[in-house]
Amino acid sequence: MTTLVIDNTFDDPTRRAPLVLGHDRFGTVTEKICSISEARRPPRAWYIAFAISLAFASILGVMILYLFATGVGVWGNQNPVMWGFPIVNFVFWIGIGHAGTLISAILFLFRQKWRTAINRFAEAMTIFAVICAGTFPGIHLGRVWVSYWIFPIPNQMEMWPQFRSPLLWDVFAVGTYFTVSLLFWYVGMLPDLATLRDRARTKVRAMAYGIFALGWRGSVRHWHRYERAYLILAALATPLVLSVHSVVSFDFAVAQVPGWHTTIFPPYFVAGAIFSGFAMVMTLAIPARQLWGLRDFITMRHLENMNKIILVTGSMVGYAYLMEFFTAWYSGSIYEWFAFANRAFGPYAWAYWIMVSCNVVIPQIFWFQWARRKIAVMFIVSLLVNLGMWFERFVIIVTSLAQDYLPSSWGYFTPTWVDLLTLAGSFGLFMTLFLLFCRYLPIIAMAEVKHVMPQANPHGHAGQEPGESEAGR
Amino acid sequence: MNDSSTTAAPTDRPGAAPPAIPREPGEVIGKLYGLLAEFETPAAIMVAAHRVREAGYKWWDCHTPFPVHGLDKAMGIRPTILPWLVMGAGLTGAVTGVVLQWYTNATNFDAWLIVPITGYDFLVSGKPMWSLPANIPVIFELTVLFSAIGCVAMMLFLSKLPWLYHPCLKNERFRRATDDRFFIVIEARDPLFYRRKSQEFLKSLGATAVEALEA
Repeated sequence: MTTLVIDNTFDDPTRRAPLVLGHDRFGTVTEKICSISEARRPPRAWYIAFAISLAFASILGVMILYLFATGVGVWGNQNPVMWGFPIVNFVFWIGIGHAGTLISAILFLFRQKWRTAINRFAEAMTIFAVICAGTFPGIHLGRVWVSYWIFPIPNQMEMWPQFRSPLLWDVFAVGTYFTVSLLFWYVGMLPDLATLRDRARTKVRAMAYGIFALGWRGSVRHWHRYERAYLILAALATPLVLSVHSVVSFDFAVAQVPGWHTTIFPPYFVAGAIFSGFAMVMTLAIPARQLWGLRDFITMRHLENMNKIILVTGSMVGYAYLMEFFTAWYSGSIYEWFAFANRAFGPYAWAYWIMVSCNVVIPQIFWFQWARRKIAVMFIVSLLVNLGMWFERFVIIVTSLAQDYLPSSWGYFTPTWVDLLTLAGSFGLFMTLFLLFCRYLPIIAMAEVKHVMPQANPHGHAGQEPGESEAGR
Repeated sequence: MNDSSTTAAPTDRPGAAPPAIPREPGEVIGKLYGLLAEFETPAAIMVAAHRVREAGYKWWDCHTPFPVHGLDKAMGIRPTILPWLVMGAGLTGAVTGVVLQWYTNATNFDAWLIVPITGYDFLVSGKPMWSLPANIPVIFELTVLFSAIGCVAMMLFLSKLPWLYHPCLKNERFRRATDDRFFIVIEARDPLFYRRKSQEFLKSLGATAVEALEA
């Protein structure tokens, strides 16, 4: 049986490579994936990771309280760098979120069926990343008690938000992105929640999953509408995901600051977002795959595909870095050219070269097949890409603000301990939410995985060996 | 919808009352909802669904753990109107985006929206009060937002979900409908439904088990 082969990275043009290994029955797929959330206790590593994450999430809470009680002066944001860590972190986290929607929507529209093993993961990651991202502009407002001014709600001043500002577009873009991602994630999870409900052995589990499953019972009349709704959501999310980071890039591109005011920003930000998001999917998927033994679902082929995407998007980001320099030189504007020369060779050169080496140089290792298939290599690369992409946002925001037109107003940005702990705390919040998700919800889209198994094809010959029909179509 | 009253009722059908047929051991106690037939493979339910449709049943459904490709066509399900409803929702969003931005940033007249409100004409760098390009992003985002919410809400509404209580969900065997088994349910209200005949019919389709469902 071809589905039981261990290596599915080999491409035989006469047949599709199987996407699920070692499972030739639907029941074992259900059993394997449900057992993760049905186990009485999660693995010990989960407890350790959860304790650490929760501790960092608490630090975030304490830092936010300290900030609210004292004021934004606790941060390193200072004239001329008024946008420091909070906006760097915002752009970083919102970028992480993009891979989830790319995997769930764009790969769905392109019929890339290997997405089924990782889409639930990636969508969950998107939602938690957007939660982290939304926190930062929220606490950056200064007077948080009037934060409702960013929404078009009638207020005592009889004033409205200024809709011609990219900062307000951001509110709508990020708000829509969060809502649509949440809907996409939840709708995708409905059948799997029903599976957990039907397998529940205790009343509490049956009630909890039952309420969220909305009474789903796999009716074909429902599936018919469900599949159509899923397709529509994918078609809506695809332009949305491209628009969100474009709008984020408008925060910079619409401004007059040298180093920000460039038309390359929207595509460059989107490519970077997908790049960093895929790196984060790898960072999360590799440990989860080992911890819960999901090697049959998140196979080497899946990991290799993701590594290829990291290579492609990393190279696109590298091209954007080069093109920025060319445009700055070609523009003939001395301020523009200075901003870029200063990035690479000025006081923040250390940050610039961390960015270039992590984002452009290191992913080139994925040209080699052995590197794309080696767990340790891809895990380290994914961590370095995350680091590099955080520095990309740091470089863009801080270097441009620190030295702009007037040398008399130049400065050097130094983060405070509150900045650093808030950033660390946001990772804690992200990981806490992610670990809770892994513990209580179906982390792999069971219904979708079953759908791409060769046995799911009703036109295959019923008595035939699995895999003899068109595998992984 | 299929209204059973428009079809000529068979003479031996005992009207709206549950079929008065002697119960077998392990049979339903209450009112009969329908018959449940279990199949083991997508191919088997595909063939069976064709036959059930050919036999002329109207009030029946298939339940599968994942969408079986082509089964909706085999059952004769017509394309859903969902895309049109989503288009309506999206247009509503687009209009909301235009009106919201125009009223709040380019006018100064009073209106009533739960509370009295007033427009506020913002003058930004001497640009026109109403300049569409700067308003496109928000119009786009609201279009997507309304469409997505409308899409999910309409999908659930048309499917009559949430419906936490359902006769199928009381059946022990039916629990595998979300796992690895494929089911056909013929409801007792179908004009062609006869307790024995329908049961024999379902068995003849290759069902591995046929059970009665209590309403």
